[in-house]
Amino acid sequence: MKAILTLLAASLLLAKLQAAWAQEETLRLPKSIEAGSAFLIEHSGGGEGTLYIVGPSQVLKRDVKAEGAVYFPARSLYDAGHYNVIFTQASGTKSGSFDVAPISAPDKLSFFANPSRLPIGVKHGITGAVYVFDAYGNLITAPTPVSFELSSPSGGIQKDRATTSIGRAWTEMDSTSQQGSGKFVAQVGELKSERIIRQVPGDPCTLKMNAQQAGQQVQLQTEPVRDCSGNAIPDGTIVTFTETYAGGQSTVDVPLKRDVAEVKLPLHSGAKFTVASGVVLGNQIGWQK
Amino acid sequence: MLGRSAIAGVWFALASGLVAAQPAVQVDASQVQGPRPLEEQTKTAAIRGYLKSWQSMSGAFEQNRIDLLDADFVGAAKEKMADTIGEQIKLGIQTRYQDRSHHIQFVFYSPEGLSIELIDQVEYDVQVIDHGKPISTVPTSARYIVVMTPSETQWSVRVMQADSQGNRSPGT
Repeated sequence: MKAILTLLAASLLLAKLQAAWAQEETLRLPKSIEAGSAFLIEHSGGGEGTLYIVGPSQVLKRDVKAEGAVYFPARSLYDAGHYNVIFTQASGTKSGSFDVAPISAPDKLSFFANPSRLPIGVKHGITGAVYVFDAYGNLITAPTPVSFELSSPSGGIQKDRATTSIGRAWTEMDSTSQQGSGKFVAQVGELKSERIIRQVPGDPCTLKMNAQQAGQQVQLQTEPVRDCSGNAIPDGTIVTFTETYAGGQSTVDVPLKRDVAEVKLPLHSGAKFTVASGVVLGNQIGWQK
Repeated sequence: MLGRSAIAGVWFALASGLVAAQPAVQVDASQVQGPRPLEEQTKTAAIRGYLKSWQSMSGAFEQNRIDLLDADFVGAAKEKMADTIGEQIKLGIQTRYQDRSHHIQFVFYSPEGLSIELIDQVEYDVQVIDHGKPISTVPTSARYIVVMTPSETQWSVRVMQADSQGNRSPGT
């Protein structure tokens, strides 16, 4: 009889333990959801509690009345990131975590292009980097094809293709041989971002001046100044005239105006005149009174 | 190419003047993509700005002060965090982020020099405080993708987003 009672007591204890294990509080979370999608957090163990979902980009708090599932409708969590989940009850606290991933459809491009103005004919002179974002402003980290195009003033187009790596892609392009504004475009699907690149003439190709006496002065005038592709050098580009004579030197900086630069300098016997612009040195003229 | 020359494996100390324990920081600049070399000075400035941003974020979330984000965050990162702080205020909660270690890997320096992308495997603790009462502290490991852009005097965080790869937090 004693043995039977002992066995019965043991069985009751085991049953009670099993019931206790069955009621152990658990928290079931999705491993990952797509930004903006609906999701469920399930908990067991019964009783009221408070659920916190915490991340640097979003924070949510829900009062939970009973055991079961807590439903979060679409657009509850839309910022991609790693979220900690904390569920507190009178009996204790449980925690876990899950990720919110960006949606795969691109919605916005952030396009860095440089420079906005450069000389013509510069190899790899134009660079661009693009970051791809979804509708919630999350960086899309999945590989995404990007195309780049640079149109030149003459109508020519340079193209490049790339696939994003961790949300970004980049390219390098050459400035063209013709001055003018070009469109630099980054495109993902139908999504475009455009920048204007102004291509200006490079350094003068050659510099030649003529001299003519004007009373007690010499008038110096350049021939029209052009780059090596034949583009006119912009007005305002500085041309430097230098007169060297016995006992002295005079230097005058003159801006180009309508392709030419001109200046009048005092006449000294035996003077030599030189002309330069940037790194380009022009001809030299000697003058005898 | 200083940035690519070697796995730096450099351990940085955080900016001086911090009261909290300083996180361990490891930096790897050997995998930088892009045609532009990442100079040592640029790398150091970006790391300084990034680590400082964690301090700003921690203070801002703990004190529910959006203004503390101004110095180190710009654009989307700042807007999202400001929204979160606004939500915390509404809910009556605070969160305390304490970073313990960073493993920072530079992955991209854009050719025009206007952006740097890095990946940081961060170990940190998140404490939730509800109406002044500490609820729980959760040790967390997450991989953050960070895009920084130069502002007036420093590199600022423009994108800060945890990636699903490499994350692991203690589950239930």
